[in-house]
Amino acid sequence: MTPIPARASGWDRATDPEKDPALIPDPATTEVPAELRASIEAAMARYPERHSAAIPALHAAQDLHGWCSPEAIEQVACVMQVTPAYLDSVASFYDMLETSPVGRHSVYVCTNISCSLRGADALLAAVSEAADGDADFNVRAFECLGACDIAPMASVDGVYVGPLELSDVPQLLEDTRAGRPVLPEKQLATRLVADPDANSQEFPAHAVEQGKR
Amino acid sequence: MSDALLFKDIDEPGLNTLAVYEARGGYASLRKALQMTPAEVLAQLEASGLRGRGGAGFQMGKKVSFLPQGSMDKYLVCNADESEPGTFKDRIVFEQDPFAVIEAMTIAAFACGCERGYVYLRGEYPLAWDRLVNAVTEARTRGLLGDDIMGHGLRFDIELRKGAGAYICGEETALFNSIEGFRGEPRNKPPFPVDVGLFGKPTVVNNVETLVNVLDIVLEGGRAFAATGTEQSTGTRLFCLSGCVERPGLYEAPFGAKLGDVIEMAGGVAGGRELRAILLGGAAGAFVGPDMLDLELSFEATRAAGVTLGSGVIMLLDDTVDLVPILLRIAAFFRDESCGQCVPCRVGTVRQQEAMLRLANGRPRGSIDDELALLDEIARGMRDASICGLGQTAANAIESALQALRPFAGAGAA
Repeated sequence: MTPIPARASGWDRATDPEKDPALIPDPATTEVPAELRASIEAAMARYPERHSAAIPALHAAQDLHGWCSPEAIEQVACVMQVTPAYLDSVASFYDMLETSPVGRHSVYVCTNISCSLRGADALLAAVSEAADGDADFNVRAFECLGACDIAPMASVDGVYVGPLELSDVPQLLEDTRAGRPVLPEKQLATRLVADPDANSQEFPAHAVEQGKR
Repeated sequence: MSDALLFKDIDEPGLNTLAVYEARGGYASLRKALQMTPAEVLAQLEASGLRGRGGAGFQMGKKVSFLPQGSMDKYLVCNADESEPGTFKDRIVFEQDPFAVIEAMTIAAFACGCERGYVYLRGEYPLAWDRLVNAVTEARTRGLLGDDIMGHGLRFDIELRKGAGAYICGEETALFNSIEGFRGEPRNKPPFPVDVGLFGKPTVVNNVETLVNVLDIVLEGGRAFAATGTEQSTGTRLFCLSGCVERPGLYEAPFGAKLGDVIEMAGGVAGGRELRAILLGGAAGAFVGPDMLDLELSFEATRAAGVTLGSGVIMLLDDTVDLVPILLRIAAFFRDESCGQCVPCRVGTVRQQEAMLRLANGRPRGSIDDELALLDEIARGMRDASICGLGQTAANAIESALQALRPFAGAGAA
């Protein structure tokens, strides 16, 4: 990999508008990690048209590189034999594809209406403040994450936790830093649809046990 | 709950595994469907009057019957890109009962002659994704998906697709573009998806909750299914209760239930406070006042009242809530989520947010009435000229709040 000069304009963006449009990368000169190549090719094989694999491929590249970096985009473009510009047009459209470097732990705090009715703004402020200056964290407000039953909530590296109190914030960050399951008591996965505090009038007694699985 | 159809055994431990799913009677519907002809299954669907649960409320049987007959590439798509603010029903269905969706899709595919199905699930739902992936893998190993389903010679498989965080991809044609690997920008209609859909082939798109109803329709028969609910809204509905409610969560009630009764199921307003307003149908829905608690929750009654059930959102706002920041949030949401393809929506959502901000800051351009008139004009422009439902409904909630709740009345200037 050739290092990218830090002064180049747009160095932290997936594409540099001042350069000529990049061509489809040459497979002979572009190095692609074998695992990434395999997962992109597997995605391409699943669809009638190869363009279809763009989003799964970018997800895979992002998992490897941390974001859709110029290098990541070039590798995907090389395997898919499409232009980097096309991939950038896709990556820049979707919220979950990052087009600038971010911390490796994502904390999405839902700030849409139902969560904000239950204190999401204060929660976001508290998480942002507590994680301030820690480059490992990507804290951001997110539109409705579809978990209004546990509002206010956050998605920590994809794990839904809630309802969150402000006092949970230090534990949330600590668990994430340490690589432990985040706030195990508050994870959505341990919650019942029909538990007495959340839902429906009747619920099966054995369900209580399931809640602890 | 005697009325529970979709919620039957929903908390059964391990329902997301095939063993438990079958033990509680899973795959009985598919077995029964395979003894019928596709046309007979379709006839049951039509007789049931089942209407789409995603928001538009189109009759599923009718939609499927528009699909061209005969052997050709056609697709069945399950729209699970649930992202309407306040909606979480599809997530719960996938997390708890993924096989129900797979079985229902197989039946629907049998009825319409599709050999390939797609599930487009929101990228933000990792738990639902994992359970769905496991379920599909298990179904494949057990011959419940593949080239010879249940030894009947039926050929159907499901391809799973994860979204990447875009509200607009819940719009069916945007969803096609996203699966095809492009920006999720909606297409013009017509042509409709049943003629030109995914990869340019005839495609039928259904919401998760709609599909799950197919199981009971096949098992009980369309007419028996239609006995629940009202005349034009058959069956039960999942309602997502959130906001200032005592027990936020998902509740199942037959169509025709009163709004107030469904709210009572969830324990009423949190802390016993006074109800100020209810957001029905999500950000693309409408606000109603507490005077509407007697509203019958059905497609026909909500339409008559000028509101919508949308995706089943019932969000409560109590008397301590300041309405204006909520409206600003809705305006910001639509500005963020507009895909930017067509002008009325791209510009309209921004102008709408700006006007709301000026009103909220008490610095209207001209009088408050001038701003309200401007908002009305923007709303009409977006409704008439936007390509897709996002732009067409982006002003609904705000307009309804301005009319029904008058948050800026008496704020001076007017």
